[in-house]
Amino acid sequence: MFERIRSDFWYELVNSPVTVVSAIIIAVMIIGCTFAPVFAPHTPFDPATISIMDNNMPPAWADGADPRFLLGTDLQGRDVLSAMLYGGRISLLVGIGAVALSVVIGMTVGLLAGYFGGMTDAVLMRIAEIQFAFPPILIALLFNGILKASLPADVFAQAAVPIMILAIGLAGWVQFARIVRASAMVQRGQDYVTACHAIGLPTPTIILRHITPNILGPVLVLAMLQIAVAIVTEATLSFLGLGTPLTQPSLGALIQIGSQYLFSGIWWVVIFPGIMLLVMVVAFNLVADWVRDYLNPRLR
Amino acid sequence: MFFLLARLVQATVVMLCVALVGFLVFQFVGDPVLSLVGQETSVEDREALRESLGLNDPILLQYARYVVNAVQGDFGISYSFNRDVSEMIADRLPATIELVMLSGVLSLLLAIPAGIYTGIRRKGGIAQTIMALSVIGVSIPSFLLGILLILVFSVWLNWLPSFGRGDVAVMFGMRSSLFTWDGLSHALMPAAVLCLFQLGVILRLIRAEMLEVLRTDYIRFAWARGLPGQRVYFRHALKNTLVPVVTAIGLQLSSLFAFSIITERVFQWPGMGSLLLHAIGQSDIPLLAAYLIFVGLVFTISNLVVDAIYVLIDPRIRHGAL
Amino acid sequence: MTDILCKTQDLRITFPHRLGDFTAVHGFDMEVRRGEIVGLIGESGAGKSTVGNAIMGLLSHPGEVSGGRIELEGENLIDLSDAAMARLRGRRIGMIFQDPMTSLNPLMTVGDQLAESIAILQDVPMAQARQMASDRLDGVGIPDAANRMGQYPHEFSGGMRQRVVIALAMAGDPDLLIADEPTTALDVSVQKQVLDLIRSICVERSLGVILVTHDMGVIAETADRVYVMRHGKLVETGPTDQVIHRPTQQYTQDLIAAIPSITHREDRFRNPVKKTGEIDQWLLQGHKGEGTGDYVTASALTKDFATKKTSFWGKSGRFRAVDIPGLSIKRGEVLGLVGESGSGKSTLGRMMTGLVPPSSGAVSYGDHGPLADVRTRAARKALRRDVQVVFQDPYSSLNSRMRVDHILAEPIRFHGLAERGDIPRLVGALLERVGLPADAGRKFPHQFSGGQRQRICIARALSVRPRFLLCDEPTSALDVSIQADMLALLMELRRSLGLTMLFVSHDLAVVRQVSDRVAVMKQGQIVECQPAEALFDTPNHDYTRMLLATAPRATGH
Repeated sequence: MFERIRSDFWYELVNSPVTVVSAIIIAVMIIGCTFAPVFAPHTPFDPATISIMDNNMPPAWADGADPRFLLGTDLQGRDVLSAMLYGGRISLLVGIGAVALSVVIGMTVGLLAGYFGGMTDAVLMRIAEIQFAFPPILIALLFNGILKASLPADVFAQAAVPIMILAIGLAGWVQFARIVRASAMVQRGQDYVTACHAIGLPTPTIILRHITPNILGPVLVLAMLQIAVAIVTEATLSFLGLGTPLTQPSLGALIQIGSQYLFSGIWWVVIFPGIMLLVMVVAFNLVADWVRDYLNPRLR
Repeated sequence: MFFLLARLVQATVVMLCVALVGFLVFQFVGDPVLSLVGQETSVEDREALRESLGLNDPILLQYARYVVNAVQGDFGISYSFNRDVSEMIADRLPATIELVMLSGVLSLLLAIPAGIYTGIRRKGGIAQTIMALSVIGVSIPSFLLGILLILVFSVWLNWLPSFGRGDVAVMFGMRSSLFTWDGLSHALMPAAVLCLFQLGVILRLIRAEMLEVLRTDYIRFAWARGLPGQRVYFRHALKNTLVPVVTAIGLQLSSLFAFSIITERVFQWPGMGSLLLHAIGQSDIPLLAAYLIFVGLVFTISNLVVDAIYVLIDPRIRHGAL
Repeated sequence: MTDILCKTQDLRITFPHRLGDFTAVHGFDMEVRRGEIVGLIGESGAGKSTVGNAIMGLLSHPGEVSGGRIELEGENLIDLSDAAMARLRGRRIGMIFQDPMTSLNPLMTVGDQLAESIAILQDVPMAQARQMASDRLDGVGIPDAANRMGQYPHEFSGGMRQRVVIALAMAGDPDLLIADEPTTALDVSVQKQVLDLIRSICVERSLGVILVTHDMGVIAETADRVYVMRHGKLVETGPTDQVIHRPTQQYTQDLIAAIPSITHREDRFRNPVKKTGEIDQWLLQGHKGEGTGDYVTASALTKDFATKKTSFWGKSGRFRAVDIPGLSIKRGEVLGLVGESGSGKSTLGRMMTGLVPPSSGAVSYGDHGPLADVRTRAARKALRRDVQVVFQDPYSSLNSRMRVDHILAEPIRFHGLAERGDIPRLVGALLERVGLPADAGRKFPHQFSGGQRQRICIARALSVRPRFLLCDEPTSALDVSIQADMLALLMELRRSLGLTMLFVSHDLAVVRQVSDRVAVMKQGQIVECQPAEALFDTPNHDYTRMLLATAPRATGH
């Protein structure tokens, strides 16, 4: 009676303006930040272009501002807007990269545990359980912190982004493994899988060609939610000084820098990067919510 | 009963593995001897120290020793403070527990009614507003929220103090800063920050579960039998949402401890979180390992409590039907 | 003539949808009197459940009554406010649903649920309600009622649970009871008991009952009058006897004709017309010379499943699902395997097709030798080409993310049965052979109806050119009229392609229509195995006799 047909997707999408706006915001941010060198009016990461004389300027509409710096400058004379674009780039890079890693590990573990069951399942899930005892943020903190303490400062600075991707990615795979495992177990019990056995198809084919497409829905929803979480985790790590070096600050580090001068009335270094961070995370959460509701046939 | 026994065994195994992780961190990150004595000591002296610390014994023996010590509360000496690790944790623990308890209670008090309300009334102005706020609550990074609250309530309005822990008083045989007005005013903002994320998560979870349950056949049959609304929602629907919700709430406890690290940093609250950050910065391995084990313990205990609650709620588990 | 208890007049129910409103029920008239059971029969999508829901005021969103009246003793229910309607439910109208397991709150004892309903609806104090609850449980036939009050739903069997559900629905002593497919989820032997219970309370309390079902046999045995529905409209109505034996409308006649008879094997199934499609030549290729003798033999076959441990120290229990000394199927014959749920028939079928390994014993094929010896990849592939399965659930047996033509092409490609370029043509021909248009391949499974999906499953099974087909309840999930077509297709294919079949089903009538020999299973064992005619006409075993006696029959023809 109420089969979901293709055009339903666009109809449902358009009917949710909040989601459309969020999706547009995400797209704009991704494009803007990826091409930061093109869009940013300044290059805040290049020490040669910064002048300490320009520091602490308020946003362009306030008194004593310099129109060159639309959103003001920080204590080192870096243009806040440009720093936000470059910082946002790091946030998105780490967020999406870490989740990609989590998805790969989580899906592999989940598919193997869910399809084969028995010993494989028991062993894999015990490992997952033990890791799950530690909140991901703690794992990321420790991983990052220990590496930072072990590596020479300049090596760490260079490798900050990949290290964070690794830390957050390794901290977050367990959730994916769980939902993939649950989904895979359901699929395994479906008759079409038995039909595959009856045909004699080899196991890798069954897992990859048949089961995987059927479990992607929940994975997609979780991935988007986790990107939001990963972005916040990265910002938190940077805020705590364990992430990107202060010479190439991500949004979290910018906020940390700005927070030191909050009492002297220099609010723009905290507020603008803060708003960007918040909007980015909210947008991902809203789109994830919409996708989850769309994929849930019973909420129609 | 069998169910609980099995869980207890499982929990012990998990704790042993957690202890193993702590131990491995202890063993392989950095060199304990170097951290203790520095560069000037001679090679012979270092070797002697190694021997006396038992660092040349087989790994399994060292691990066993570590576990036995840990069970007795001995986690070694902190490298940076040169004090007993367990002493330091005991020092700082009450402050963190205050925060965690306050935010835990706050988040449950707010999330449960709100979650039930938005589950029953899906549409409608209030429900939509609550949902919108919950999205923001789940999205805003706690450090950002902390800074903003400080900006508004300390800098602009000057209503609340922006850092530190307040005065302590004794009530019911316990010392806590929550028993004084000064203490409460110091704890309010950190607790608010810490509870917001959990509040959002639990609210959304309860709502989702309520929606699921309200869709079931037995609820439909309850309507068909003519049971009044209050009955259906609270006697039938609510109890059935409890199982997954209780699980999630149990998990939140260790999450609260983890997030308190950040909150303590922002508000300079003298709890375990700041201790951990210090330990990371100084590569103070014994402290790190002890913290890990502590978190693992919190997780395991809350899991066991959750399992015990399961058995009380769901008769199918008692009868082994699930 | 007694007064009319409930009636609908020109009832119209619509489900608004952005692509155009869907009218589920058009201009439907119906009446129910006290003390009579009125049947509402139709196939899926006929709107029969929708009528029941509308009377209760429980239409699923976004359904609404867009025209006509629903009267309860003269009062129009449509005009009532939500609150007024809520007061009617349970007190004047009761309703029971199909699945007793999901109708009961799993976390409350049966006694608590019943006492609660009685206390609220009859407005009596709890202590009294508990006593009444115990009495009523006894009244619906629950043995040892007083002690079972403290038990939870999962501790009752399916039939017992449905009795509890009936007691709950009657807690407020309503005048009208709507029973929506009350026995569909139950075994045949239990069905009769529940229907008898409904009949007896109808008579005792002068209840008006609306019995919604798709099963004509249930109507024939229980209903006084029947309304036949199709696509939301009334097709025919009258006393049960008259509608079943002397139907006036074509649809009703077709519907009754499609019901498989339990008393004799119809000609169209016994001697199907042999068809040939262009694909038959390809399908018959590559088969070894047909020998005589058995296609497959099972000897000393058992299958055990582990049950959960009940105590920490005990070993986990073993549950023997199948235990047979021997069973063989001759080449070209159709063996019907019949039994109730839990009899092990599906498990046996899967063991004989090599899909489930036995716990002990052996399965041996005429063409491949003992199953245990089929070890090399090539040998296993060869076996899978010969032995195929058609499953029960048309919804889970097709991968909803794959296009139909890919689903059919995959086995052909995997076994290398045709040149790449030839495959699309073969797929189209296969689809046509099972009665679907050749271009159906471009669609996805969810775009087809249940019967069509089942045809796709048959096409998939045929795509590897099998000699042996296991049909595991292939028509149980289908409407009666579609069922007949499906059986006809299977019989025709069997004749044209010379297939050997193992046909598993719980429906005796269906088994009678298709089988040459029949084996009856009970709790893992074969209690009787005879040629079909002999088994149905002169059964040897008590259990077979019991099954034949309790199966609801629509017609005596």
